Amino acid sequence: MIPGQFDYHRPASLAEAVHLMATLGEDARALAGGHSLIPMMKLRLATPAHLIDLGGIGALKGIRRDGDHIVIGATTTQHDLLASAPIAEALPVLQEASRLIADPQVRYLGTIGGNVANGDPGNDMPAVMMALGANYRLEGEGGAREVPAAEFYQGAYFTALEPGELLTAVVIPVPPAGHGFAYEKLKRKVGDYATAAAAVVLTMAGGRVATCRIGLTNLAEVPLLADAAAQAVIGTDLDDASLQRAAAAAMAIMQPAADGRGSPDYRRHVGGIMVQRALKRAAARAS
Amino acid sequence: MAKTHVTMTVNGAQVEGLVEPRTLLVHFIRENLQMTGTHIGCDTTHCGACTVDLNGMSVKSCTVFAVQAEGAEITTIEGMANADGTLSALQEGFRMMHGLQCGYCTPGMIVRAHRLLQENPSPTEEDIRAGIAGNLCRCTGYQNIVKAIQYAAAKQNGVEFKEAAE
Repeated sequence: MIPGQFDYHRPASLAEAVHLMATLGEDARALAGGHSLIPMMKLRLATPAHLIDLGGIGALKGIRRDGDHIVIGATTTQHDLLASAPIAEALPVLQEASRLIADPQVRYLGTIGGNVANGDPGNDMPAVMMALGANYRLEGEGGAREVPAAEFYQGAYFTALEPGELLTAVVIPVPPAGHGFAYEKLKRKVGDYATAAAAVVLTMAGGRVATCRIGLTNLAEVPLLADAAAQAVIGTDLDDASLQRAAAAAMAIMQPAADGRGSPDYRRHVGGIMVQRALKRAAARAS
Repeated sequence: MAKTHVTMTVNGAQVEGLVEPRTLLVHFIRENLQMTGTHIGCDTTHCGACTVDLNGMSVKSCTVFAVQAEGAEITTIEGMANADGTLSALQEGFRMMHGLQCGYCTPGMIVRAHRLLQENPSPTEEDIRAGIAGNLCRCTGYQNIVKAIQYAAAKQNGVEFKEAAE
């Protein structure tokens, strides 16, 4: 399968890339790892007239600490995240999620920026970013702005990115030491998108849940922040009744599509189970 | 459509060519360079038959544009044998352990396993299975592919390979 024709641009700087995005407008797509975009182009579901390859912009790649935040450049790959000592120490949930994305070859090229900016409800990182309370940095010719992950997604493949803007980094508040985390993903096979998945980041105090955020993957047109479900477990010791209340609250906001992964009822059912498993595993890891 | 000039190093040799931007790396390798050891299987980023080593990464060359590989160091299955033409430890392992039946997935398997052993010279069986999770074989059930990689790891580490009892 051969993609449609396009003009290829390889800017050497972010300023040049942003200028190209602004000039070429909606006819242009940014190319990072390409592992969502190129398959879509091969199927002719995407036919951009211009591709702006971000691969030559060193400033977009890398992981750095900025006070109590970790800033991950958009073209940092899943493989980079798995190899990073600072990520292993401060944000282990990113490694747990990365390991469940696609397969080794895809993880060498697939980027965090692509994963969160693409807007595909099947992408894994958006729900994790919601659970972490991350912001996305968006840059255009008019300047830079930050948008919370929880406010970024508007519909399948529709996001807060304006034409001409690039997502350049994710900015993640470092969770407290001793936090608990889990990403529970049900999938049919290695490499598949989630049938249902839940991300949990929580803290415990005196055997009870002190803070908790829950994100859901592929259970609606957009990734979901399950606020009511998190509220249902805060202050509890995660007894069975609380877990079931949390699952029910999460299931109430799920609107999964019917596809090869199952019916909406089935996916909602297993979605509730993913929430319970993620909560239990996160709590067991917390100290 | 205007063509773009690309240069890269493939199996140690400088190569160049004129390609459309939409030309996939696997087509450049197979059609421009006439190196047909790299196979096209699913053409949808799943099967791993088209795996090549690109700047120290295993990548599926059906999902990379040739223009993205400008200046890259690439190794394909044709570059896997030892310099004197004898079989590499991995190639020998696939032969000795009967690690293939039809052979279609084998170039991708060997190129991927090469990078896996570079990164993890003494992998557990679980490491190997996770490491080749992006390569599909529809013949063997993977048992003998895993053994072939274990054989190569043992040989590269200078220890005797002992097949696990089944």
